[in-house]
Amino acid sequence: MTGQTPAATENVVKPTHQKKPFRWHIIMFLAPAVLVYSAIMIFPLFATLNLSLFNLTEEKQRIFVGLGNFAELFGDPYLSSSFWNAAGNNLWFFVVHMLVQNPIGIALAAILSSPRLRFASFYRTAIFIPAILSFVIVGFVWKLILSPLWGVAPSIMDALHLGAWFKPWLGLERSALTTLALISVWQFVGIPMMLIYAALLAIPDEVLEAAEMDGLTGTSQFWKIKLPLILPSIGIISILTFVGNFNAFDLIYVTQGALAGPNFSTDILGSFLFRTFFGFQLQLGDAHMGATVATVMFGIILAGVSVYLFAIQTRLRRYQF
Amino acid sequence: MSKVHSSWPRTIAAHTILLGYVVLALFPVVLIVINAFKSRRAIFNDPLALPTRDTFDTIGFTTVLEQGDFLLYFQNSLIVTVASLFFVLLFGAMAAFALAEYRFRGNLLMGLFLALGIMIPIRLGTVAILDIMVTFNLVNTLTALILVYTAQGLPLAVFILTEFMRQVSDDLKNAGRIDGLSEYRIFFTLALPLVRPAMATVGVFTMIPIWNDLWFPLILAPSEATKTLTLGSQIFLGQYVTNWNAVLAALTLAILPVVILYLIFSRQLIRGITSGAVK
Repeated sequence: MTGQTPAATENVVKPTHQKKPFRWHIIMFLAPAVLVYSAIMIFPLFATLNLSLFNLTEEKQRIFVGLGNFAELFGDPYLSSSFWNAAGNNLWFFVVHMLVQNPIGIALAAILSSPRLRFASFYRTAIFIPAILSFVIVGFVWKLILSPLWGVAPSIMDALHLGAWFKPWLGLERSALTTLALISVWQFVGIPMMLIYAALLAIPDEVLEAAEMDGLTGTSQFWKIKLPLILPSIGIISILTFVGNFNAFDLIYVTQGALAGPNFSTDILGSFLFRTFFGFQLQLGDAHMGATVATVMFGIILAGVSVYLFAIQTRLRRYQF
Repeated sequence: MSKVHSSWPRTIAAHTILLGYVVLALFPVVLIVINAFKSRRAIFNDPLALPTRDTFDTIGFTTVLEQGDFLLYFQNSLIVTVASLFFVLLFGAMAAFALAEYRFRGNLLMGLFLALGIMIPIRLGTVAILDIMVTFNLVNTLTALILVYTAQGLPLAVFILTEFMRQVSDDLKNAGRIDGLSEYRIFFTLALPLVRPAMATVGVFTMIPIWNDLWFPLILAPSEATKTLTLGSQIFLGQYVTNWNAVLAALTLAILPVVILYLIFSRQLIRGITSGAVK
């Protein structure tokens, strides 16, 4: 194990005066990805974000309004209360994922990676299955199960003597958002599990044997040896969860519709953006205000990712084996 | 080999926890599939029972198959997913190798530029993407979807693969250089096989959102000939929302192919994860 190593050591230019030949292979390696990505993703994104600085006049002329749209978003009582409601709900959605999905995922991966566990591949395959299903399926399936009309959930809870606790959770303002977050956790727990599992497998046997020599086994081995080694992977899943949650939209749309009912209690930034952008019922879609909301979302996500990249990732120790 | 002899209580606890979670993960899926084969009355009277000879009924499937061309939808989804996955993994691994391996001016900036895409949903650019596709006459083609999904999958692939490429031993690569291998050979024959577990993982994560996407098929390729399975079933479910037999059958038809595909693919995936572990 060679402690912390810089990203690449072999190409560090030594302080000689000899000029290195131009390294074309770097361009060849980067070109396909950069070209497709710039043309289909970055250019359209910035074209859309650019819209947030414009608005339409009475005569449908597009004019530059600077930050006027942002002033309206945060100044208008209706818009700003909708925005803060969605942002708060989104934060809770993320907190539920961090507190439930990722710890369960790590725990399952840790159990799965224990040596000589039989049927490990069966468990891994089965637990990952919900993650391959589409939101359309997951949303519908849980709607059917939690529906008082069909009665699957109440009858199961009756069998467990919990019948009195059943409520139509998806229909109640207080519980709908948490229920949806837990459905999403149910669907995606396999993803942190797989990433952590791959990271745990990459830990060499020699390291674990050395730990055993020193008397570290089982749980204490996990906390003192494995966990520090998989911290970079935990960092990755945290930031992926953050980004995924603040982009989420489909599950809310499929189960609760664009209105994110009941009474906007499940409205998150994605569904708020959708309504602003495309309109709903009597409200007309507003591409410029939609682009403004999108820009704010972009800002929130950028802030979170920057914290990760600059404050957390640079402090993680990486090991080469 | 590691020489921990797991004690019995520990093993039993591990199996209990895992089995419990498997039940939780699979129960909803199993519930839908068994009820899809039952008559309407049996669906409501006893949802947890397996279909018996009395309650067996395939009326739901008949309705679904009469209404939509699910085989064609499935084929479209398959073509789009496999093609996008191929491009994402190839281009993504190449870019990740360049970022992890070489020091050059703008390396950090290029990494941040490529990581931007993880942070912003590509959907925000939909209006401009539609403009591009109209300009190049690609609306209602599978090519449009493949292009969009390749762009969508690349940032995450580059981000994760860079992390793994950094762990490939420098000694190995330098040994290759001393033996006169070109940088391309080093990438394809040394680095790529060593990050296979990560490639398999990235592959699964790239595949899922592509297969399940509703948004771009709806906007870029909603024609009957290019509908994907997700779009086809969403439209169907919306129309038949009160016909429980049809809804359950449509859900089953949407679930089973993916699960079967995944079960076939997962053997490869698991082999990739376990055999290629970087050691």
